[in-house]
Amino acid sequence: MGFVAARWRAPQDMAHLDEWGLGGRSFGGWITWFLVGGDLYTAYTFVAVPALMFGAGAAGFFAVPYTVVIYPLFFLVLIRLWSVSHRHGFVTPADFVRTRYDSPTLALLIAVTGIVATMPYIALQLVGIEAVLKTMGVTGDSPLARHAPIIIAFAILAAYTYQSGLRAPALIAFVKDTLIYVVIAVAVIYLPYKLGGWGAIFDAADAKFTASPAPGDGIILNANNQVQYFTLALGSALALFLYPHSITGVLASRNRDVIKRNMSALPAYSFLLGLIALLGFMAIAAGVKPLPGAKPGSVDSNTVVPLLFDMKFPAWFAGIAFAAIGIGALVPAAIMSIAAANLFTRNIYKEYLKRDATPAQEASVAKVTSLVVKIGAVAFIVFLDPQFSIDLQLIGGVIILQTAPSVILGLYKRWLHRGALIAGWAAGMVLAFWMLWQIPNAATKRAHFGGSAFPLSEFGLDSSKTIYVGFVAVLANLAVAVLVTWWLRVMKVAPGVDGTSPDDYFADEGDPRIEKERAGTVDTVSST
Amino acid sequence: MAEPKSPPPRTDSSPWNWLLLVPIVVPLLTPLYNHVEPRLGGFPLFYWLQLAFILLGVGTTTLVYQMTRRKRGDRP
Repeated sequence: MGFVAARWRAPQDMAHLDEWGLGGRSFGGWITWFLVGGDLYTAYTFVAVPALMFGAGAAGFFAVPYTVVIYPLFFLVLIRLWSVSHRHGFVTPADFVRTRYDSPTLALLIAVTGIVATMPYIALQLVGIEAVLKTMGVTGDSPLARHAPIIIAFAILAAYTYQSGLRAPALIAFVKDTLIYVVIAVAVIYLPYKLGGWGAIFDAADAKFTASPAPGDGIILNANNQVQYFTLALGSALALFLYPHSITGVLASRNRDVIKRNMSALPAYSFLLGLIALLGFMAIAAGVKPLPGAKPGSVDSNTVVPLLFDMKFPAWFAGIAFAAIGIGALVPAAIMSIAAANLFTRNIYKEYLKRDATPAQEASVAKVTSLVVKIGAVAFIVFLDPQFSIDLQLIGGVIILQTAPSVILGLYKRWLHRGALIAGWAAGMVLAFWMLWQIPNAATKRAHFGGSAFPLSEFGLDSSKTIYVGFVAVLANLAVAVLVTWWLRVMKVAPGVDGTSPDDYFADEGDPRIEKERAGTVDTVSST
Repeated sequence: MAEPKSPPPRTDSSPWNWLLLVPIVVPLLTPLYNHVEPRLGGFPLFYWLQLAFILLGVGTTTLVYQMTRRKRGDRP
């Protein structure tokens, strides 16, 4: 299937990063919808969000407001990013920062942050598949035998991405979404009927949380985790479109209208996500007992959804559901590896290793890098405890948020100084790591990196409330950036030359200036 | 292809854009929905109201999209 994509919308020149890594920037409304949707709503989400609901109750439902506020929040931001990228041929957010602030160092920081945050995200997709395999009883003795199905799936993924670039996951996203929609539609109609109705499901969840000794759970929030709930939703929303892979999906679209239309159509997925989250409560009502985890005495709550399907549905339907989760992991993993490869190629290889790389060389470096990224992700999962990649994902979300001042604010004003942005980034990172280090994990009995809910009492505040780490860190980042900007201005440190003009932020498909510039290098596909 | 006329300075500012604040702020007001009653079809308020916010989000962004699109006359 992925190989067919090579011929689909056959490009004139595949040996160009625009073609391989952005699908020729030609995707229309439907494809973008599936592509961005396939990107943002991943197998890990389908497995982890219900697992969180299963364990903690209402707090896990943050995924719904989170995916509601994303779209209005980015409605205006992304079209600007698209325009300026279209005009200058940017492939990554770091490309933009490089030109805007005239600072290769800042661009490198953004690129490295993006790559570091993306790697564990890819590994997590495999955690989703693993939960399914575990439920199906595929367990071997050696790590290699146990992971054989994942390795095979990844080899296929690697091969078709190598050949077809972004076109491959875009096409497969259709299959993935169709499967998932069918599965969820059946599940949310059939399961409540079997379990005695929605009322009974919520009552069962309520009974479980009332009985449990944990302080933070319940079918609604308690007084202490409301701040955490909305800061986590807002912080995650801000972070989501900073992830290089989501930006890849956006930059691949054909024009500004496609993006705007999608910003209003994509929330359809949020509805799906809300229903999927409630599968966690259905699992409680159905009496699902999660499978044991890697260490004795722990449980792997990621297995609750696969177990629920296994328990309540005939084998053939459970099979379809498992396949949906599997494909649901491969699509985003492919897009993420492409995004990481784009970052490496543009902002590290071209910037620091080979200044005069031709487009063909860029494309081939990106292809190889995407392979390396995927092998790295598989190595992650085979040789490390999955819990470790969950920790890294937690850190990843917090650190990607630290690129917000440079990228998002940069799209509007160039007031912040490049040096100050670097200082702010560093301050945000240090604070974020310090805070995450302080949080113990009650479930796994480890002292550090146990979650993203930071107790305000640690700041010396007389409060038992908690707040999302990333939110605090990005505020600190901004504060430092503003102060240092002010100081650098007083010291009259050169701010660098802005490579963009105000008009660039509104350019659209068929912009006459772009047509002229590109005519010499690449044949542009004339639009309808 | 559009004839290259000298374009007026383009902008994407529009009073309609302020409407986007509504679906950003409302879903984050936890006191608004952090209750069990009234239930709707078995769903506690916490769940059905937040699912309803999706409609609020879709409605608002669609409205803003439509209103700002008509205003722009520079696309053939």
